[in-house]
Amino acid sequence: MLEAIDLSLVNWSRAQFALTAMYHWLFVPLTLGLTMIIAIMETLYVKTGNVEWKRITKFWMVLFGINFAIGVATGIILEFEFGTNWSNYSWFVGDIFGAPLAIEGIFAFFMESTFIAVMFFGWNKVSKKVHLLSTWLTAIGANLSALWILVANAWMQNPVGMQFNPETARNEMVSFWEVLFSPTAIYKFLHTTSSGFVLASIFVIGISAWFILKKRNLVFARKSILVAAIFGLVSSVYVAFTGDSSARDIAQQQPMKFAAFEGLYNGSEGAGLIALGVFSTSDADPTNQNLLDFNMKLEIPNVLSYMAYMDWNAFVPGINDLINGNEKYGYLSADEKIERGKAAIIKLKEYKDAKNSGDGQLADQLKTEFMDPDFQENYFNYFGYGYITDKNLLIPSVPLSFYSFHIMVGLGFYFIVFFILAFLYTIRGKLEKKKGFLRLAVWTIPLAYIASQAGWIVAEVGRQPWVIQDLMPTVAAVTKISTSAVQVTFWLFAAIFTLLLIAELKIMLRQIKIGPKMDGGQH
Amino acid sequence: MFETLSHLALQQYWWVIISLLGALFVFLTFVQGGQTLIYTIGKTEPERTMLVNTLGRKWEFTFTTLVTFGGAFFASFPLFYATSFGGAYWVWIAILFSFVIQAVSYEYRTKPANFLGAKTFEAFLFLNGALGTILIGTAVGTFFNGAMFSLNDMNNVSWETPFRGLEAVLTFHNVALGLSVFFLARILGALYFISSVESEAIFTRSKKQVLYNTIPFLVFFLYFVIWLVLKDGYAYNETEVFMEKFKYLHNLIQMPLVAVILLLGVVGVLGGIGVTILKNSSRGIWFAGAGTVLAVLALFLIAGLNGTAFYPSNYALQDSLTIETASSSHFTLTAMSYVSLGVPFVVAYIWWVWKAMNSKKIDEAEMQEEDSHAY
Repeated sequence: MLEAIDLSLVNWSRAQFALTAMYHWLFVPLTLGLTMIIAIMETLYVKTGNVEWKRITKFWMVLFGINFAIGVATGIILEFEFGTNWSNYSWFVGDIFGAPLAIEGIFAFFMESTFIAVMFFGWNKVSKKVHLLSTWLTAIGANLSALWILVANAWMQNPVGMQFNPETARNEMVSFWEVLFSPTAIYKFLHTTSSGFVLASIFVIGISAWFILKKRNLVFARKSILVAAIFGLVSSVYVAFTGDSSARDIAQQQPMKFAAFEGLYNGSEGAGLIALGVFSTSDADPTNQNLLDFNMKLEIPNVLSYMAYMDWNAFVPGINDLINGNEKYGYLSADEKIERGKAAIIKLKEYKDAKNSGDGQLADQLKTEFMDPDFQENYFNYFGYGYITDKNLLIPSVPLSFYSFHIMVGLGFYFIVFFILAFLYTIRGKLEKKKGFLRLAVWTIPLAYIASQAGWIVAEVGRQPWVIQDLMPTVAAVTKISTSAVQVTFWLFAAIFTLLLIAELKIMLRQIKIGPKMDGGQH
Repeated sequence: MFETLSHLALQQYWWVIISLLGALFVFLTFVQGGQTLIYTIGKTEPERTMLVNTLGRKWEFTFTTLVTFGGAFFASFPLFYATSFGGAYWVWIAILFSFVIQAVSYEYRTKPANFLGAKTFEAFLFLNGALGTILIGTAVGTFFNGAMFSLNDMNNVSWETPFRGLEAVLTFHNVALGLSVFFLARILGALYFISSVESEAIFTRSKKQVLYNTIPFLVFFLYFVIWLVLKDGYAYNETEVFMEKFKYLHNLIQMPLVAVILLLGVVGVLGGIGVTILKNSSRGIWFAGAGTVLAVLALFLIAGLNGTAFYPSNYALQDSLTIETASSSHFTLTAMSYVSLGVPFVVAYIWWVWKAMNSKKIDEAEMQEEDSHAY
């Protein structure tokens, strides 16, 4: 049923998706957070009538516009890339996955794109309050669009609310609410959007710090830092909480991903958390170069068990338990899952053959067997494993997952401290004297982007090889097309996005240098 | 409410929505058409600034409609999304590429230190205007002329030419639709300039462009429509897909309301052009715009309703996509139908914002205002 697929096609298609998604994700967090900050600033302007707030709002709006444009440019590819490069996936789950994308377009994108026009061009065309409302609606629209795409993404990581239909050879939705309110979707949405708020807050503080270092626009900079520090502090604490909940959800739904980013090879009761670790460069397991030992690690006993199951002594499965199986704790081996997946694929094929040959009675019987709840639970749930030719492919890159996760978490805690300091120095009026902190603030901007991209890697590399957890690996999802075609489009997008990124950075830096206009007028 | 409808009724409902989205998109390509006319109609820098700015306040509607069109097609007819986007790879990539370069061009064109230079961003706008409209029109042409794909047991697509969709340009009927959309977009673009820019010179040059573009538009559009009603079409019944003589003509006769919509659409477009040329009216965009929506809506409807395969395969006729074989499940279409009830609300706020933002025509003084955000 699976025709021969060149692995290099899968890898190039993955590379293209990663390229376009990571580029897009460079700009989205700032859009999500900066619109909120701008809306807060404009609210302060409308409430206080102080034109300084209008001037502040307008400056950040200019930077928002520059970032937003390239975010839109990189985003349209993603919307269609599911079809162009992952067409088998698009059919297999389109019945569920398409709906959030459509709702995103109908409600979120239109809200955002309609009211952004008022936000930019409407200062003299609508009343102050209507303008403020438009700014808030732009912010809400941007964050709503994140909701729907993250619902779709969460569903891929934890497919719920659906039933496979052998007749159409696809999964079909049976509960919209289960898809929308899946815990994975909720945590993903909250964690991802609030991480955008953190990034935007750091962006605002960093740039404002630069103005203070240059002894320019001091009132503007102090006010901006105050808003961003409070907003950032609340958001960063929230990111930590939602991250914790999200990790617990991953431990349940995607134990391999959890084991990979925690660097846990052998599961145990009372598993320790590796707070810091450096991988060895020599292979621990000659059959799989992913499995590298640690050269050095700092482990805190029992914490991982608590983190995953709220129980200091709970068993947490490691990579080896998930591959080789662990009878005591009820984990099937990968070989067993592959066999069961193959059995499900064969049964589906037999059903299709019976239908094609006109043997209605046999087809009905096979369909009944296929849809039997026992078969669904014990065989169909491993459908995707049937496509796996080498069980080691079930292990994502451990070093990449581990390092990305630890960089993200480490920086996340640093950001909380950073916001506390920014807040305290501002309310105590000591900012101008803290040159070291101001320089640190500027250099924290790239750190925020690193943390954000690391988060994407944790979520997306950690779930490999699954496009849909346990049901469809990348090899079964990819569009059948020549590898060279994907290589051409990969380099085409790499070139154009890089050119546009350079343009964006140069424009952004120039606008920062120009700074806020004294009269609060045009930029 | 929607739960009680049959699967077929929901499929038809969603085909109408998709058709309406496609029709609105073609109307909104006045932005693309306008982008190809910036240098033809704007002879001085301040004139071009006004043209770019008046389009710049609307480009996102077109863009968002395209994205929503893709999302809605995915949700309602996922087999089309999988088959066409995955199959006709090069066509869709080219279309997407033209929209990528558009998205930054307004914002970056006049910003200092923009790295690529204003002329590059203007070229991007022109490319998007020309390529975007011609290719989308040509791609939609394959709804009537078929494409070269087959599907396996799992409904996975194989494209049967190495050109991955680019072969559509070898069928002149497809290209005629592409060129019709291109010239129509230019007519609409010029009409939009007339309605939104306060300048005698721009009015005069736009009017001239309306006339110049109407001639090739009519040639290609009439060719497309006449050939369409005369050609064989892709019909289906309960057991098979088959070729039917004069299928699209039959569709118009058997669905007289659609024929009336098409006729009203053509009259609207010609009326919009007429009042501009003959009466110097600045409201031509509304007649031509409404006409465009109606005419395109009718074309989409005859492509997919009344037992017509909307995405036919010339390679494996029985693999042709129909609204029945390509659609989502009853459950998903029902859920999405509830979502669709929110659309009038979205249309209402878009209308309100449009009126608020376009209540006064754009002029050179506004471009100089301190509180305006100029591109």
